[in-house]
Amino acid sequence: MSNVSVDANQSAPKDNQPQDNTRRRFLTVATSVVGGVGVVGAAVPFIASWNPSAKAKAAGADVEVDISGIQPGQLIRVMWRSKPVWVVRRTPETLAGLEKHEGQLKDPNSEAEQQPGFAQNRYRSLKEEYLILVGICTHLGCSPQHLKDGAFEEIVEGVPNGFFCPCHGSKFDMAGRVFENVPAPLNLVVPPYQFVDDKTVIIGSEGEAV
Amino acid sequence: MQGFLAWIEERIPMMRVANMHAIQYPAPRNMNFWYVFGFLATIVLVNQIITGIWLTMNFEPSAERAFASVEFIMREIDYGWIIRYMHSTGASAFFVVVYMHMFRGMIYGSYQKPRELLWVFGMFIYLALMAEAFMGYVLPWGQMSYWGAQVIVSLFGAIPVIGPDLVIWIQGDYVISGATLNRFFALHVIALPLVIVILVFLHIVALHEVGSNNPDGVAIKHKKGSLPESEKTPYEIHEYYTSKYDIADDVVPFFPHIVLKDLVAFCVFLFVFCYIMFFAPEMGGKFLEHPNFEIANPLKTPEHIFPVWYFTPFYAILKAVPDKLFGVIAMFGAIAALFALPWIDRGRVKSWRYRCGLHKWNLIVFAIVFIFLGYLGGTPQENWKIVASQIATVMYFGFFVAMFLYSKNENTKPVPARIPK
Repeated sequence: MSNVSVDANQSAPKDNQPQDNTRRRFLTVATSVVGGVGVVGAAVPFIASWNPSAKAKAAGADVEVDISGIQPGQLIRVMWRSKPVWVVRRTPETLAGLEKHEGQLKDPNSEAEQQPGFAQNRYRSLKEEYLILVGICTHLGCSPQHLKDGAFEEIVEGVPNGFFCPCHGSKFDMAGRVFENVPAPLNLVVPPYQFVDDKTVIIGSEGEAV
Repeated sequence: MQGFLAWIEERIPMMRVANMHAIQYPAPRNMNFWYVFGFLATIVLVNQIITGIWLTMNFEPSAERAFASVEFIMREIDYGWIIRYMHSTGASAFFVVVYMHMFRGMIYGSYQKPRELLWVFGMFIYLALMAEAFMGYVLPWGQMSYWGAQVIVSLFGAIPVIGPDLVIWIQGDYVISGATLNRFFALHVIALPLVIVILVFLHIVALHEVGSNNPDGVAIKHKKGSLPESEKTPYEIHEYYTSKYDIADDVVPFFPHIVLKDLVAFCVFLFVFCYIMFFAPEMGGKFLEHPNFEIANPLKTPEHIFPVWYFTPFYAILKAVPDKLFGVIAMFGAIAALFALPWIDRGRVKSWRYRCGLHKWNLIVFAIVFIFLGYLGGTPQENWKIVASQIATVMYFGFFVAMFLYSKNENTKPVPARIPK
């Protein structure tokens, strides 16, 4: 060791003290960095194994729904990615009523991205008649109830139909838009979907603009 | 025999540790019934570990089989029902004794200097215990297991930007599913129990380093050489303590004095515990909620969703805030405030016996508000409850704010130098 540490001028180094701190520091830093990279690398499998499995991802594929049998006013539930998806055939009266209570809604124009671009309208749907929603409350994931034929009047005066979440009292209209002064922050999610023909809808992917 | 014991002692300090931490540990002689809950919590922890191991022998952690395997344990295994009820009643009992233990710490100022870390370790135990209890409740895969998990896991979705992806990562699926159940099982039976046992060890090491507080908040350890021989304890106290301090005639050795007192408490506890286990294991739907006797159904939310009783105060705070993110922040803030208690309380006097009247009332009101929040969070939503829970939430945090303000220049009574006879 030819170069002696700077401190050597002030006090003679003892035998067991490092003669060259810069080398020691370099080795310490290099070892720490290499070791740190190793730790990060080793952590990857443990963290990544918590992601959905290939099987779970496959189960998240598109589903085809036959809508020909749905009566006006009726709601059917299907599973998509293990979530309940509602398909509702709205009556003309319901569609006409959507405008009336817009003053009581948090986001009447669907500005928050809770829907594909094609559904950013008053009806939040591709075809006005059919409302397709993920039936999970945006507050804490409960599944709201469909209250129809005036049953929703007890919840919101003057609105005959809607969705009411029994968990924490969130309220949504027949386009899945959330009312003011409830815990849910956002409108219900509209999943991506497309119509193959008049009878069939595919939930999970968007097609060409219709 | 003596030779054999000596042979062991030379190789591993069994008796030295037993003497230091149990037999000859100096305990203040005025410890009252509030001081039995730490001991009881340890007993319940042992109960949970033993019954948990036995339940694992027959439980099947899969979405398809979990619910049925719990029924199998209840109906087909000899004494399976008693092992499961010991475990489920034990979970609630754990929180009862832990809440009592924490309130004891609050009224006697056991979190104050020099016991800050002792309190913080205790809070970490409480936090780990909540995670452990939550994940354990998911395992039977009933309706409340499923929807409770749904609600709690979605809390992480409130985190800006990463929230939604974080939820999928925690669930291991796009919804709560068998994958979630399996990982919660792994965490519930291996990871968190290890964490809790290690934290309990640290909690006790920290306790024995700073020494037990007492209802008068009077120090029992005095500076070496400051006490005349006549005022030192006549009992045999381990030299670990006597070599560093003069131990006043205010202590008794942990064994047999405190151990016997704890055993009396243990008997009383067992009476209550067994009564519940045999006659009311569901506790009217508070310990085991009724919807949980129905298998998890992702398409049907139960009419009312509540967590088990020990989470309901925080659940009420979550519901009181009409904004998702701020609701979550308020809920975690309610726990974080407890963590910070040693620094929020700027007082120098520990026990409420010698502190101002305002402090006593503050503690009593806090306890009432906490129970009231628990009631609000555990009963169906009604209009008046929204306002009530908002007021109670403000009062919950008000406890800490008030304490921070009045504790700085508080009118306290003189604290005796020694434990009053």
